[in-house]
Amino acid sequence: MSDRPHGLAASPLWQLTRQRVVTFLREPEAMFWVFAFPVLMALALGIAFRSQGPPRSRVGIEAGPAAPAIARALAGSGDLDVETLDPVAADAALRRGRIAVLVRPVAGGPPVFAYDPTRPETRLAYLATREALERAAGRRDVVGAAIDTRVRPGGRYIDFLIPGLIGLNLLGTGMWGIGFPVATARQQKLLKRLVATPMRRRDYLLALMLARMVWLALEVVAVLGFGMLVFGVAVRGSWAALVLVTFAGALAFSALGLLVASRARTIEAVSGWMNFVMLPMWLMSGTFFAAERFPAFMQPVVQALPLTVVNNGLRAIMNEGAGLAACAMPLAILVAWAVAAFACALAWFRWE
Amino acid sequence: MATATHSEPPPAVLCRGLVKRYGDVVAVDGLDLDVRAGECFGLLGPNGAGKTTSIEIFEGLLRADGGTVRVLGETWGTPRDRALRQRLGIQLQETKLSDKATVVETLELFRSFYTHGRTVDEVIAQVGLEEKRKAWVVNLSGGQRQRLSLACALVNAPELLFLDEPTTGLDPQSRRQVWDLVEAFRADGGTVVLTTHYMDEAEKLCDRVAIVDHGRVIASGTPRELILSLGAEHVVEFTVDGGALAPGELAALPGVSQARAEAGGYALNVREPHVAVPALLEALARRGLPLARLTTHHATLEDLFMNLTGRTLRDE
Repeated sequence: MSDRPHGLAASPLWQLTRQRVVTFLREPEAMFWVFAFPVLMALALGIAFRSQGPPRSRVGIEAGPAAPAIARALAGSGDLDVETLDPVAADAALRRGRIAVLVRPVAGGPPVFAYDPTRPETRLAYLATREALERAAGRRDVVGAAIDTRVRPGGRYIDFLIPGLIGLNLLGTGMWGIGFPVATARQQKLLKRLVATPMRRRDYLLALMLARMVWLALEVVAVLGFGMLVFGVAVRGSWAALVLVTFAGALAFSALGLLVASRARTIEAVSGWMNFVMLPMWLMSGTFFAAERFPAFMQPVVQALPLTVVNNGLRAIMNEGAGLAACAMPLAILVAWAVAAFACALAWFRWE
Repeated sequence: MATATHSEPPPAVLCRGLVKRYGDVVAVDGLDLDVRAGECFGLLGPNGAGKTTSIEIFEGLLRADGGTVRVLGETWGTPRDRALRQRLGIQLQETKLSDKATVVETLELFRSFYTHGRTVDEVIAQVGLEEKRKAWVVNLSGGQRQRLSLACALVNAPELLFLDEPTTGLDPQSRRQVWDLVEAFRADGGTVVLTTHYMDEAEKLCDRVAIVDHGRVIASGTPRELILSLGAEHVVEFTVDGGALAPGELAALPGVSQARAEAGGYALNVREPHVAVPALLEALARRGLPLARLTTHHATLEDLFMNLTGRTLRDE
């Protein structure tokens, strides 16, 4: 008989957490999804939506006797790319969106403008084309305007996107990082074997969440650092608030992961439930576009989703300079999600 | 229930009228048994006999639907469950330990759950995995994994060790290594309860055996007693080309105590092979039936099971 090991080695919570951390480190695929994937996504989207100066609209003119005059009138505008097309080609180009607006000259009358009024860029093209024609015909501005086109800090798409990607990554790793190992351990009867020891069950669940928190700092730093270095994204508000919101978000998502995995017997079942829970947040929580675009009657649901809370909280901190006080409400909502999900998971957890 | 005297330890496992149902299926149907402290007790039976269900109820992993179970004098479902678990070593059928943890990490984890026990290094040495200390579980052979799983069950130096099909699927050398470990544990005074569907394993390891079929004990005793209950120490099996023989006629041969028809032939329980075999050959010659095959062996628990149920242990 030998004595109990000393210090940390004797702590089941430490041993369970350590095992979870080291076995995860040994899964290159998992490491890719946690760290490399969000950075690659930020890079791709950052390039796709980089600032390119004022956008230019593509305008088509249907060939005809009056076409050259219209082309000359539009050539004076700096906002338009103009080309003259025969009627068949012009129709096809409009239908395919290769041109945003088509000007069809009419003998002895005003030209016809063909465009789709429901899309912002085609409507803009129509207005710019119309303005260029009116000006060429001698219209004078009566009000006049002074122009300020400086880009506001934090106002670019990438500034909007990076906080959203951090939120999305917290959601994904929180859910998968808990759900997957639990389902695997249950399927392989490792859970049952652990329950056959005097291990405290809460230690097991707590260790899963602790191990997940080890990665939290690293994955947030990866995405945020990348955004700051490559795209000049900045944190204008409180760093303490940023830490608290990501931490509370990670807690909420990992508790949700635990809940989703609490009864599923197989990896397949847990994957299905994960997607079922994550899909609404992917769609509605405003990662790639503002969640406020959903109609008013959906907003109470949209705004209560934990990912919406994290995304909007991080955007307020990073782009609008929000401090700790402004984050009280988001933090409260996230903690409520975490506590409720953890309590349900504990009550429903299937150990065999 | 106090034991009669203080010097006598309570039975390691006491089980009366155990019942477990899964829906309409009765997995365990009134099972009774006693395991004495210090012995190796085997539950022998075919797959689906209720062995695993029974042992998992003893282990406190499943709840019984009826009957009484006491393990080391305790019942399950009390605040003392964790204290009882400190005293048990458990090996489940087919547990997969974490693939990418090393041998030493796995044992350190299991060691941390227990207040008393052996050091991780002692247990690794005991199961002969010194050279695999740093190897990932996924890179171990089947036999090495089974020894690691046994090491996890031994790390707390348990009083009572439960083994569910400890050598199923192992090669002969690995089976031998597992048997040696179980015998070493016995030699140190430990008590073992194991399930198996290998008669040779039961005969080699177990002091006493309960033969289980359809969730009940159909025979129990030492392997020797059980085999003697056949009334014969030898079994002669033979096949003839064409023609049929009546088992009653065969049983009347001198030196034969019992006869039965088997798949493709006949089996005789024989007291004296030197008398029975010549008599059999003579009887066959008289009937003009040529002998296609004839083997004899010492009677085993397999023969007993066959006698009791008409099936082999490995049949469903």
